Amino acid sequence: MTEIPKDEYIFKCTSACAGCSDSLALRYVLKAAGPETVLVIPACCTSVIQGAYPNTAMNVPVYNVAFAAAAACASGMSAAFRAAGKKTHVIVYAGDGGTVDIGIQALSGAFERGTDFLYICYDNEAYGNTGMQRSGATPAGAKTTTTPAGKEENKKDLDAIVAAHNPPYMATACAAYPKDLFSKVQKALSLRGPKFIHVLAPCPPGWRYSSEMSVEMGKLAVRSGMWILYEREFGKVTISGPSKAAMIKPVPLEEYLAPQGRFKGISKEAIAQLKSQAERNAGRLKKEADGIC
Amino acid sequence: MLTVATGNKAVASAVKQACPSVVAAYPITPQTEIVEQIAEYVTSGELKSQYIAVESEHSAMAACIGASVTGVRTFTATSSHGLHYMHEMVNWAAGARLPIVMANVNRALGPGWNIWAEHTDAFQERDTGWLQVYVASVQEAYDATLMAFRIAEHESVLLPVMVNMDGFLLSHSMQPLQNVDIGDFIPPIHLPHAIDTSHPAGYGTLTGPEDYFRLRWDMERSMRDSVAVIRETQEDFAKRFGRKYDFVEEYRCDDADVVVIAMGTLGKEAEVAVDLLRKEGLKAGSMRIRWFRPFPHLDLSGRDVVVIDRDYSFGFGGVIARSLAATERVTPFSVIAGLGGQEVTYDDIAGFVRDRRPGEELWFGVNGNV
Repeated sequence: MTEIPKDEYIFKCTSACAGCSDSLALRYVLKAAGPETVLVIPACCTSVIQGAYPNTAMNVPVYNVAFAAAAACASGMSAAFRAAGKKTHVIVYAGDGGTVDIGIQALSGAFERGTDFLYICYDNEAYGNTGMQRSGATPAGAKTTTTPAGKEENKKDLDAIVAAHNPPYMATACAAYPKDLFSKVQKALSLRGPKFIHVLAPCPPGWRYSSEMSVEMGKLAVRSGMWILYEREFGKVTISGPSKAAMIKPVPLEEYLAPQGRFKGISKEAIAQLKSQAERNAGRLKKEADGIC
Repeated sequence: MLTVATGNKAVASAVKQACPSVVAAYPITPQTEIVEQIAEYVTSGELKSQYIAVESEHSAMAACIGASVTGVRTFTATSSHGLHYMHEMVNWAAGARLPIVMANVNRALGPGWNIWAEHTDAFQERDTGWLQVYVASVQEAYDATLMAFRIAEHESVLLPVMVNMDGFLLSHSMQPLQNVDIGDFIPPIHLPHAIDTSHPAGYGTLTGPEDYFRLRWDMERSMRDSVAVIRETQEDFAKRFGRKYDFVEEYRCDDADVVVIAMGTLGKEAEVAVDLLRKEGLKAGSMRIRWFRPFPHLDLSGRDVVVIDRDYSFGFGGVIARSLAATERVTPFSVIAGLGGQEVTYDDIAGFVRDRRPGEELWFGVNGNV
C-alpha cells in the first residue's frame, strides 16, 4: 500500500476554481516529489493558482516562464543543477495548450536531448486560463468558446508523439486517482532522463459540470475508456489497475458525456467519432501491453 | 599569446576563458563558427560547460534563463532571425534580472534572404533591458566579450549583455588577436536571487501594476548604474591588459568642425575618411558609438554632424541619427548606408562629409550617390 506523506506543498486557499483537478493533481505530484524540487510553469491555470507577487501558494520554488518555453527552460535548469552536482528534481507542470500546441517544439527538443526532468501535462482539454478556447487536446464534439458548435477534429494524440521519443518512462494519470498518480510520479523521479506524465484534469467551469463532481468525472472518463491509465517503462506498456476493468467492460460513453455541458446536444456522428478514437487507443495499447506490437 | 583569428573564434576564445557553466545555442549564419568552436572546446575538455544544442533560438534563451536562475554563468550566441525568434525570451531574461551574455552577429532581416551585415536586428531589441555593445575589430570582440560577463554579473547591474559584431566583416575576417590570461578579472558569479529549494519563492508570478512598475524602474536604475560599472570595468581592463575602451571612441575630434558618427566596422572606416579629409584641409573627426544601451552622451555642440546608420526604422529614420537629434539636440545629415551588407568605403564616407546637408536624409546608392 502506497504511503502518501502528510507534508503539504500547496497551501490552502489558493485562487483555484472550486473543484479544480489541476491543483488536486499538483498536490499529489508535489507530495511525491518532496521539497528538493523546482516547478517550471508556462502560462497556464497554475500561473494563477500559485498566487500573485509577492506571495506564493507553493512550498517549493516555482519558476514561471513564457508559454512556449517550459521544456527548454527546464533543460537549462536541469543542466545547471547537474553541473553543480545537485539532484534537484526539475518538474514542468504545464497545461494542454502549453504542451500539445505552443510548447510542443520545446518538449520534443528536450526529450530528444535526453534532458533529465519530468514533464507533466495536466490536460483539461482547452485553454482554461483564458476562458476555454479549443486546443489541440480538445476532443471531438466538445463546445469551447472558439468551437461554439463543437470541435470537429479529434484530440491530438500527444502520448503517441511523446512515445516516439522513446523516453525511459511515460504514463497517463488522472486527478481522480491520486494514489496511482502519486506512485507514477515517484517512479518517474527515480529514473534519469526525460519522463512524461499526462494527467487528465476535469475542469468544472470548462467542461460545464457541477464542481463537486470532479472526481466522479475523472472516474467516468476512465471507466468509459475515454481516458486509459497506463505506464510505458522503457517501451513496455502496462495498463494500470483502474483501466484494466474498464477495458473489459466499459460503462457507456454517454454516462461520461451527459453531465458535461460542453457535450450538450452533441451529434451522433461526433459520439461515434469519440468512440472510434477511444477504441483505437484501447486496441493499440492492449496490443502493446500484450507484447503483440 | 598573439594569434590570428576570426571575430567568431575570438568570441569563442573569450567564452572559453570566462568558463560559463551552461552554453545553450542554435546555429545561424554568420554566427555558426562561435557555437561550433565552443562545441569543440567542450568536447576536447578545454571548456568544462554543459553544452545544450537546443532546437531553436527561443529555446536557447529559455535554456539560458533556466540555467542562469540557478546562479550559474551562461552564454549563447545568435544573429538576425535567430535573435528575433528569441525576442520573447530576450525580454524575459532582462526582466528576470539574469546576467546572461550573448554574442549577436549583426545581420540583415528577410525577406529577401540576406546574410550580410546590418544593425537593425539588434536595434529592434533596444527596449528589452539588455545592455548592448558594438565592436569594430576581432580584438575588440574578444575584449568586449570578457568584459560583458563582469559587467552583466556586477551586483548593481544584473542585466544581460549583448556583444554585437558585424556579420562577415568581423565574424569571418582574420585579424590579429592577443589572448590574455584573465586571472581574476571576472569574479565568481553570485546571483542574489538564485533559486534555493531551502527558501522556496515564486519567480515571475502574476504581478500587479504597482509592483510591476517598481520592478521596471529598478531595471532602469540598474541600466543607469551600469554606466559606472562599464567605466570601472573598462579602466581595470586597460590597467591589466593595456587596451583602452570608452563608451564612444573619438578620433581627431578635439578641434573638429564636423564629426562623422557611426557604429561597428563603419566607425573604423570613418577614421580613415577623417585622415583623408584632414589632408584636404577639412577639420573632421569621427565618433564610434560602442555602447548603444545605455546610450551615451556625445559632445557635439557647435559642430556639424554626419550620422551613418547601418539600420532603419521605417516611418521614423536612421535610429542613431534620430536618437542623437533627440538626446543631443543636433540636426544631423543622416546617411542610411550599408544595409544588407552594402559596401561602404572610406571614400564614400568622406563624400558624405564633404557634401553634408544638415537636416536631410540620404539613402546611399538608392536616391543618388554623393
